[in-house]
Amino acid sequence: MTSQAVAPVLKMLLAQTRSELLMRWRVPAFSVTNLVLPIVFFTFFGLPVAHLRRGDGVSIGAYLLASFGAYAVGNVMVYGFGIGVANERGMKIDRLMRASPLPPLVFMLAKVLTALVFSLVALVLLIAFGIVVGGIHETPAVWATIITRLLAGSLPFIALGFAIGYWSGPNAAPALANLIYLPLSFASGLFVPLNQLPAFIQNLAPYLPSYHYAQLAWSALGAGRESLGESLLWLAAYTALFLTLAVRSYRREERAKFA
Amino acid sequence: MGTVVELRGARKRFGEIEAVRGVDLAIGAGELVALLGPNGAGKTTSISLMLGLRRPTAGEACLFGLDPEDRRARSRCGVMLQESGTTGVLTVSEIVDLFRAYYPAPLPTARAISLAGLDAKANARIGTLSGGERQRLYFALAVCGDPEAMFLDEPTVGMDVEARRGVLESIHALSAAGKTIVLTTHYLEEADQLAHRIVVIDRGVVIADATPREIKSRIPSKRINFKPDTPIGASTFSGLPVQGLEVADHRVHFLSNEPEAVLRALFERGVVMRDLEVTGADLEEAFLSLTRRP
Repeated sequence: MTSQAVAPVLKMLLAQTRSELLMRWRVPAFSVTNLVLPIVFFTFFGLPVAHLRRGDGVSIGAYLLASFGAYAVGNVMVYGFGIGVANERGMKIDRLMRASPLPPLVFMLAKVLTALVFSLVALVLLIAFGIVVGGIHETPAVWATIITRLLAGSLPFIALGFAIGYWSGPNAAPALANLIYLPLSFASGLFVPLNQLPAFIQNLAPYLPSYHYAQLAWSALGAGRESLGESLLWLAAYTALFLTLAVRSYRREERAKFA
Repeated sequence: MGTVVELRGARKRFGEIEAVRGVDLAIGAGELVALLGPNGAGKTTSISLMLGLRRPTAGEACLFGLDPEDRRARSRCGVMLQESGTTGVLTVSEIVDLFRAYYPAPLPTARAISLAGLDAKANARIGTLSGGERQRLYFALAVCGDPEAMFLDEPTVGMDVEARRGVLESIHALSAAGKTIVLTTHYLEEADQLAHRIVVIDRGVVIADATPREIKSRIPSKRINFKPDTPIGASTFSGLPVQGLEVADHRVHFLSNEPEAVLRALFERGVVMRDLEVTGADLEEAFLSLTRRP
């Protein structure tokens, strides 16, 4: 008889996360899109105006880096999870996993950790690009605050990713993710500052999750439009909504496949 | 030695179809059991019930005396499923390493890969493997945790002759080392080569549960066919040891273990035959005649 009946959970989690990271890294459609796309967007939308300052003295370059940082993390969460989960369901990876001793929660937690690691790398690359190529200067403490807040506040987008992944199939997931996430980012002022967008979008923005999410980063630069508490409250509400959708889709799948 | 897996009055209904219709089955530690039956007989559903991949509509499933979904039970099982996939971008040894982490006392990675006969492909990406190699990879994943029990659903499907022999040898060796092995197959020959005990499942029920020798003795070994001079009916064969009887206007086919006795009786009953042929029955075909009685 072995000394223990089950494998240690931490060991499983580490092994699972390591594999997830390798799996994502080796799929260029994922790794390149998630790490490079925000930099490409910033080059188009941010670099030409990076040296300018707003009336209140806030660097427009730093403001847009914060915006694209928010875009980048959401992108990893919605695409990484959404499309990843849908693909794995399509390949029926879940069936084999389900029969293994790996607890489903560890399987999901490994995905969350992987998405956080990719988000961190995406943020560091984007900010480094902004500093080196765009000549944008803020104190290290400001960058650290932006990175920490964006990672810590990403929960609603993890939940949205799961919801898309369990709700749609592998063919529909990329389209659905684009259809939801791109307009959401645009209408929240992540690509073009809100005051340059049409009035009806400006009125709509304060109801969107990505708007409140970006406030976490903007307010670190003194450019927020609401208090931290207010942003967090909105994000908590959206997390609850998306998590409910994700759990519903997950349960529906469970019933169909494993009931 | 206790019971490893048990189904008690297990039923499973999918909408209109009842795939498993009351199966009672207990498999003890160290047994090598083949669940044998044609496609759609309920073998895979039975295995799914044993492993907690499906919940029985009625009855009970027990794995190591626990709920099959219990992690302590799963940690003692290695599983190879049909219709399960895996990522293509990890290498063989990377994924075997990952699955080892799920178990408390796994085999060394190289050992698991070699039991599956995949040594030459250890560093290949999974996406580059052929269908047969992929099947061997799933075998490696099933064995890598050094589990007490292995559940193998159609383990040799898609393998070439050599790969198949290799995997069958590994199964034998694991069984000799005391592992409990439950496998499904629709090949009688494979079940016969491997198992100590064959459980024949057809249309969701167990129709036979015996040693390979006993099962084979029930299966007709010869195929007979002839043209009757005058049309005959099925009643002509009443009381004779024939199976899979087909009587058409111009041709009669059947299978039997005692062709001489049957033919003698038919002559005595006045049947005039032309083009009589007696050939060895194909084992699989004969087996199907056993399971697909009208």
